[in-house]
Amino acid sequence: MTVLTGQETAGLVPPDPPRNTGRHPAASLALRVLGPALLVGLWYAGTASGVITPDVLAGPQDVVKTFGELWADGQMQEALGVSLTRAGLGLLLGASAGLVIGVLSGLSRLGEELLDSSMQALRAIPFLALTSLFMVWFGIEETSKILLISVACTFPMYINVSSGVRNVDRKVVEAARSFGLGRLALAREVVLPGALPSIFAGLRLSTTLSVVALIAAEEINVTAGLGYLMARATDYLRTDILALCVILYALIGLTADVILRLAERFTMPWRKAVAAR
Amino acid sequence: MSLAVQTTGLRRVFGDRAVLDGIDLRVRRGEFLALLGASGTGKTTLLRILAGLDAATSGTVLVPPVRTVVFQEPRLIPSKRALANVILGQGRGARAKGLAALAEVGLSGHADAWPATLSGGEAQRVALARALVREPELLLLDEPFAALDALTRLHMQDLIAELCARHRPAVVLVTHDVEEAILLADRIVVLREGAFVTDLTVELDRPRDRVDGDFVALRRRLLADLGVSAKEPGHVGVAR
Repeated sequence: MTVLTGQETAGLVPPDPPRNTGRHPAASLALRVLGPALLVGLWYAGTASGVITPDVLAGPQDVVKTFGELWADGQMQEALGVSLTRAGLGLLLGASAGLVIGVLSGLSRLGEELLDSSMQALRAIPFLALTSLFMVWFGIEETSKILLISVACTFPMYINVSSGVRNVDRKVVEAARSFGLGRLALAREVVLPGALPSIFAGLRLSTTLSVVALIAAEEINVTAGLGYLMARATDYLRTDILALCVILYALIGLTADVILRLAERFTMPWRKAVAAR
Repeated sequence: MSLAVQTTGLRRVFGDRAVLDGIDLRVRRGEFLALLGASGTGKTTLLRILAGLDAATSGTVLVPPVRTVVFQEPRLIPSKRALANVILGQGRGARAKGLAALAEVGLSGHADAWPATLSGGEAQRVALARALVREPELLLLDEPFAALDALTRLHMQDLIAELCARHRPAVVLVTHDVEEAILLADRIVVLREGAFVTDLTVELDRPRDRVDGDFVALRRRLLADLGVSAKEPGHVGVAR
């Protein structure tokens, strides 16, 4: 190795490669928790200092206490069970319908011509406008509630699935077809796995919407569920129960999202290798 | 003697395998270096470190501030037309230069074409124009002809030779094609098991002739360095 002289390497610079931004999982988790923790902290500071009075909003410690009381006498479990069943069944029905229609419309030109225009028109209807109509058609029992939720969940799923199916690599589809895969096998082996990222995107949107629709549905003559709990709390001006229900809605959404993210990782092992970050 | 590349004790470790194990490389300004190696010997890794796309595990690397890469695939942005791809990030003021670069690669008529409508060879020429328009002091070529058909590859090799002779950047060409290396390079290094096993200057006159005796002898020697026992090419004209 010759001795380096400054003149030889004049004007040269060390390259600046992208730094490895991999963060320790614990640090990453801490960063994720930071935002919600700050919010709760602000809430606590506001109520404890008396800036926010209990008739406006109860403090976090009261909300936790109320949760304990409602859990102890079994009301909470019952309400959660009823509401989650409604949201879950509605999501299952709606997302399945969106998936099937989306695949049909994405996969075949005939399907798109037949289905897409009606789906786009129906999508424009705010599902809240259907609440009263569904009461007239399906009664005031569970059926109308679950159907309302499923209608709300159908469209985000449909939009994402149909575009995801359309965006599956045509070359791979062509290759698979040349190896003798029929339409059904093609959909199962190539198209659906390829569209999985979009399917999950749709599912996440639908899950959020199922909780939104749940609240609307529980305005219809409820005798059980989180909506019932909230309706009664409104009558008695119990801001602790109201705040508790709001938080529960947020937690339900968050939990569903975490489950879906895990499912995403589990069902698409090939994506880990190509993640951009 | 002014340098365009200098690496000292460059190491790159994946897991517990040192793909590059103490590389000392010096490339002069204006020199055309071909980096030969079998699959998985770390030649692309070395090129990516020179390009600043990957970090070395240890060792020092010095390169010019302006350096460009032509990858194995064109890597054009599908939502931009050919000219916009060429002058990517250079602002609209670079249009004239971009058009000139496209003309140099023989694609003046395709400035407004979408990448998806170009053939493989055309797209790779756009990628070459994109690399040249920045007037690099170091041009990094990562098997830029590997995905092309044999005829297009011959044209591209001529084009590269001509453009490099005109612009005189330092070039590092990563390839597994021995003939391509001999045709184009001033100097050839062979990478094997993390280190250079060969470092030789190509003394043949240009334009080089594949059937020339010295060419064939050099080819045989380099193949041996790569661990391939070369047979005497029986039908020289169609050997490739």
